[in-house]
Amino acid sequence: MSGTARIRSSKKEASMRYTGKAHRVGDHIDTDAIIPARYLVSTDPSELGQYCMAGISPDWINGVAQGDILVAGANFGCGSSREHAPLALLGAGIPLVIARSFARIFYRNGFNMGLVLMEVGDQADALREGDQLQADAEEGIIRNLTSQQEIQVRPLPDFMRQILESGGLVPYVRKRLESTASG
Amino acid sequence: MGHSLAMALLQAHTSETVTEPGQIVQCGVDLVLANDITAPLAIDSMERMGAKRVFDSERVVLVCDHFTPNKDIDSAEQVKRVRDFAARAGIRHYYEGGACGVEHALLPELGLVGPGDLVVGADSHTCTYGGLGAFATGLGSTDIAAAMVLGETWFKVPPSILVRLEGKPQRYVGGKDVVLHLLGRIGVDGALYKALEFFGPGIASMDAEARMTVANMAIEAGGKAGLFPADEVTFAYLWSAGRRNDVALAADEDAEYESSLSIDLDQLEPQVACPHLPDNVRPVREVKDVPLDQVVIGSCTNGRISDLRQAAEILEGRTVAPGLRLIILPATPRIYRMALEEGLLEIFSRAGAVIGPPTCGPCLGGHMGILAGGERCLATTNRNFKGRMGSLESEVYLSGPAVAAASAVAGRIRRPERI
Repeated sequence: MSGTARIRSSKKEASMRYTGKAHRVGDHIDTDAIIPARYLVSTDPSELGQYCMAGISPDWINGVAQGDILVAGANFGCGSSREHAPLALLGAGIPLVIARSFARIFYRNGFNMGLVLMEVGDQADALREGDQLQADAEEGIIRNLTSQQEIQVRPLPDFMRQILESGGLVPYVRKRLESTASG
Repeated sequence: MGHSLAMALLQAHTSETVTEPGQIVQCGVDLVLANDITAPLAIDSMERMGAKRVFDSERVVLVCDHFTPNKDIDSAEQVKRVRDFAARAGIRHYYEGGACGVEHALLPELGLVGPGDLVVGADSHTCTYGGLGAFATGLGSTDIAAAMVLGETWFKVPPSILVRLEGKPQRYVGGKDVVLHLLGRIGVDGALYKALEFFGPGIASMDAEARMTVANMAIEAGGKAGLFPADEVTFAYLWSAGRRNDVALAADEDAEYESSLSIDLDQLEPQVACPHLPDNVRPVREVKDVPLDQVVIGSCTNGRISDLRQAAEILEGRTVAPGLRLIILPATPRIYRMALEEGLLEIFSRAGAVIGPPTCGPCLGGHMGILAGGERCLATTNRNFKGRMGSLESEVYLSGPAVAAASAVAGRIRRPERI
């Protein structure tokens, strides 16, 4: 199904490319909807993943397969600073969220945890439930394989790319600490 | 371009030159905060970073306030982790048990935050300290772990929205009504990635607690910070918290703002946010008959002594409506003692309220006041998302303490004047 896409050899670039089925949610999906507070007694992604979107419906997770892509409306991830929210999405097998816009704490948390986020503005409306999507987060391109449309957004800011290239904020800081210790 | 207050505060913490919104800058932080839900993840991240110590054991604050007194075995294990870490890392400001209060009420009264400070916390309501002139914002646990280790973090310089406050609020109108009204006008993403900067003659009539209530809910508009310039009112509050050497920063006269709006406090009526978003706001007068099962007065938004005094003024000599549960949670031990000494707790008890310990508890549906399906609650807290306080089939309304107390007496949402 990726026959039309240029295949790149770089491992780094390959890690920023995703293919999966779209699941749509609406505007202002808050962190209590993504993972209700009563489940915050764990920090294990696979356990949190079982309750992903339990604040919308406990059954929501049943329709999601590994590698599926979440497509959201405006202000996705608003509310609390809980990192359990991106962890729950990752635990549910979702590697990428495409949204009209993201709440700011969630935006930082996502990248720090290694959950890739693409902000696409009004173009989010062109992505429908069940569409097969192919996304290159680094280049800012989303191909809708179902409708044959393509969305182009701004490439990732350099700073966010650096964190993702390190593998998230934890390895980024670890490298810094190691270089200080050895230098 | 001149600096907004947000830019001036960031400039004071970075060696880079802050020139415009959108720029990414590395800033040194004055204080780093986490709680019993977010600290365990931060500790995990610190360990995976290979960090042996925090950047400054005097500048990391750990407050176990969300599920405490520990509601179950899992939450007890989480707090134990935080406690053990605090001991190991030599954290001076670790709070639990009788020393513990709701973090954003506790830190200001302990004198740990002040104007000009840059504070980051693994809690979205960290923006509360903007009421005292600090640049304070919520981050996730891993960002907080990095800040605990490095003593710095990155910020994208936010554009600012100027909010001009005119006039003087009427009786029973407080900080909560100001911020709910603002949310109703700009929406839950009206300040997304931006700073809200409050100024104008109306500020003088708001005490430090009311300003913190307003700043507290900047995040409910998606804001990065809600900022009040420090003035004499701020310095008087800081003096009572034991701080002596604070200096105020101000915006440049030629600062540019992305937009501006103005609120006439004279005309402002008590407000209420209806389910299920904090921007679904209308004047209480326009809310039709809404019977209530529960009323909660407390939280980092409205659990301070001025809030309890306002509730007591209405509850004195009255009783809670039959079948309604009124839960009052003073936000810190000091507020609890003040309420005790001033006779407020007796008023609450005689009115039929349940008086609980300082805790975030029901605000986030943790414990001490969870809602069943079909139940309806009016709370002085900050979020009314679907299922926030319990069942997905329950409803939460938000208001200030005067409306909450009046509604507890009436058994339905009601203006204080009508009690």
